[in-house]
Amino acid sequence: MNKLILGRFFPGESILHQMDPRAKLLAGVYFILVLFVANNWQSYGLLWIFTLVVMYLSGVKFSVYIRGVRPLIWLILFTVTLQILFTSGGKIYLDVGPITVSNFGIISGIYIFCRFVMIIFISTVVTLTTKPIDLTDGINALLKPLKRLKIPVDEISLMLSISLRFIPNLLDETQKVMDAQRARGTEFGEGNLLRQMKTLVPIFLPLFASSLNRAEDMANGMETRGYQSGEKRSTFRQLAWKRKDTLCIGTMIILTFGLIVLRTGGFIH
Amino acid sequence: MTARVVEVSNLVFGYDKRDKEQTLTDINFSVNKGEWVAVIGHNGSGKSTLAKLLVGLLEMDDGSISIAGINLNDNTKWEVRRHIGLVFQNPENQFVGTTVQDDVAFGLENINMPYEEMNNRVEEALKMVDLSELRFHDPSRLSGGQKQRVALAGILALRPSVLVLDEALVMLDPGSRRELLLTLKQLNKSSDMTIISITHDMDEAAEADRILLLEAGRLVDSGKPSDVFSKHQQLEPPFSEALRRMLKRQKNTVPDTYMTEEELVNWLCKSHLKM
Amino acid sequence: MQITFKDVTADYQIGPLRTPRVLDSVDFNLEPGTFTAVIGHTGSGKSSLLKAMNGLLIPVKGEVHIGGTVINRSKNKKSLKTIRKKVGMVFQFPESQLFAETVEQDICFGPLNFGVPLEEAKRIARQVIQQVGLGPDILTKSPFALSGGQKRRVAIAGILAMQPEVLVLDEPGAGLDPRGKKEILSLISKWHNNEKLTTVMVTHDMEDVAHYADNVVVMEKGQAVLHKGVRELFADIHALKSLRVDIPQARKLQLKIEQETGVKLPQVCLTIDELANCLMKAGLV
Repeated sequence: MNKLILGRFFPGESILHQMDPRAKLLAGVYFILVLFVANNWQSYGLLWIFTLVVMYLSGVKFSVYIRGVRPLIWLILFTVTLQILFTSGGKIYLDVGPITVSNFGIISGIYIFCRFVMIIFISTVVTLTTKPIDLTDGINALLKPLKRLKIPVDEISLMLSISLRFIPNLLDETQKVMDAQRARGTEFGEGNLLRQMKTLVPIFLPLFASSLNRAEDMANGMETRGYQSGEKRSTFRQLAWKRKDTLCIGTMIILTFGLIVLRTGGFIH
Repeated sequence: MTARVVEVSNLVFGYDKRDKEQTLTDINFSVNKGEWVAVIGHNGSGKSTLAKLLVGLLEMDDGSISIAGINLNDNTKWEVRRHIGLVFQNPENQFVGTTVQDDVAFGLENINMPYEEMNNRVEEALKMVDLSELRFHDPSRLSGGQKQRVALAGILALRPSVLVLDEALVMLDPGSRRELLLTLKQLNKSSDMTIISITHDMDEAAEADRILLLEAGRLVDSGKPSDVFSKHQQLEPPFSEALRRMLKRQKNTVPDTYMTEEELVNWLCKSHLKM
Repeated sequence: MQITFKDVTADYQIGPLRTPRVLDSVDFNLEPGTFTAVIGHTGSGKSSLLKAMNGLLIPVKGEVHIGGTVINRSKNKKSLKTIRKKVGMVFQFPESQLFAETVEQDICFGPLNFGVPLEEAKRIARQVIQQVGLGPDILTKSPFALSGGQKRRVAIAGILAMQPEVLVLDEPGAGLDPRGKKEILSLISKWHNNEKLTTVMVTHDMEDVAHYADNVVVMEKGQAVLHKGVRELFADIHALKSLRVDIPQARKLQLKIEQETGVKLPQVCLTIDELANCLMKAGLV
């Protein structure tokens, strides 16, 4: 669990850390969409420059990003292989039944690989530079329009932020219960799968019981402090849209134009 | 005449509505503005149930509760909760915010207070509990005493006139307990905050203005600490009184009236001078 | 069983962060049969000290000796298991580790892990449940259906059932009302005396130290800054002030009385009985 980088926050002071979560989320999602505009090495090159600059601006070491890709590398390679094997066209290097390895296949394989890695890099940048709670605020703000469709956006985001706030507690508690059962002679990670599964019972049951207690306390606490679901609430956490955020959106627009210019065949086929 | 800020009359409550067993039976009492009342009694005497009833977390079977002049019922409970706050035993499970100030603001957000005013209130509440420097910290990473201060600030921000403490100090180490008690006493004195403290700590109860003694769901006594401890010898008395009783058993010259620490030390001084 | 810390240094690894020095060159020796209280402020390393006694925290430098077994950097699984069998550890709020369907199963969990046959484990369970002041009829109940105080007792019974020679406790009375706390602590103290255990208890409450312990280790920033007899510690008012250690009620009142009357009592009083006796001996009453 400690190896997972995607979804984690690294405290810092970089320009990206100071940006509004709404800007970062919008830019992140937009980047993923705009990726599909690229279709030649020039446009992919531009995307790479953009990605690398953004990664540099985050102030987080490149090795951290590489570690972020590692858990997903098999999934990526699998997809790339499929792409290579089942795309035909151009010069053919190998042809066995439905399987062909062709010029086109290899190139589109490389593009797919780049797309995957860039998506991971950019999403990692967003989560590494944004506190989870800011992320929730950002999502809440961006989903506000859905309220018209009677989707309880505020409730969902409060739920999300409370869950986030309990994660460290839950991890501490897991450690504590594991230590306690270890002190009673349990050895984790020993024996066959069935035995290992059995050692999980003494961890999960206590955690489950304490979570239920917590939930009840939490509900009582929230109610006495006047929380009523569905009522209009003000928010103490204020999001402030700054110049850098506008600048960020501007950069995204410039990036889009760059891609349109560089891609083969213009914007419309 | 001092205003009555809490009035409870003929209160009846049972958890299981099918049988006749009552957790609380015919409770009557009132609390004056600015008073500090300690509620004591064994586990299962109904103390915590009383606390939950006072803030409307449980619905009474019979009788009435009035807080700051508002009669508590299902329609008024949200209004009542602006006037009465409850501090629970374990603050950790109630933190909503990921920073101290976010958590303190939660109650204010709920009443849809504008940001500017909210900001002032949060600042004011944090100052009262002496936590201003820690406002950006994660509340779940603080020490036990600090956590309980955060919880307290979250309630003080709503400026209630009555504060109910449901064994709010029991999880704390003696040092933080004393400090928090001191803060609460200052609040009680300076802001005229009414405090109803449900407690097992007899030394704390001994310093209250009045003690309510619950036994098996009934209110058996209400009076000054010295009277309650003298009348109910089965209660574990505060340390100085326990010492006096122990000495009394050995020597007849020891007075037979309840003594605070101050009184005991004074008496020892006098008896020493006489010799 | 003798417990010796030889220049023990340890740190925790929590995710990518390594917290520096939870134990820093800790060096002391606890004689067999002693009851030691460990005191210190939040984050001073008290709980880490206990974990190091049970092989849950492995030193990066130095050695922990429990009887004849050694825990050091080159830990091996077998010595850890030996240690955990010898050292019974009661965590803070131990009731949160209960998991089994019945109280009996939960109490048997430890002994079974250490290879005690089922019948024997059940016999032990029946014995320890009474020793923690509960009836045998509770054995068939679900631990989740019990009251807070009962849960605590069952959890402690689960540790006692492992028949440890060393008992290590992290604030066993935390969160209980004064009466429940007193019951739990006198139960531990009785067990300590009857079974001739070596007991180490972390506490914040100086009343516990005064009533149950015979010596005290004071922790500060991961270091054991003081190791003394209880009476010696509470005699030295200046040391208590500089270490920011609280004073037990009896001792506090004694100091006040001595100051107001100008009479010095014949000994350092740790309990109410001692104070009453001394007041009479000194002729103040």
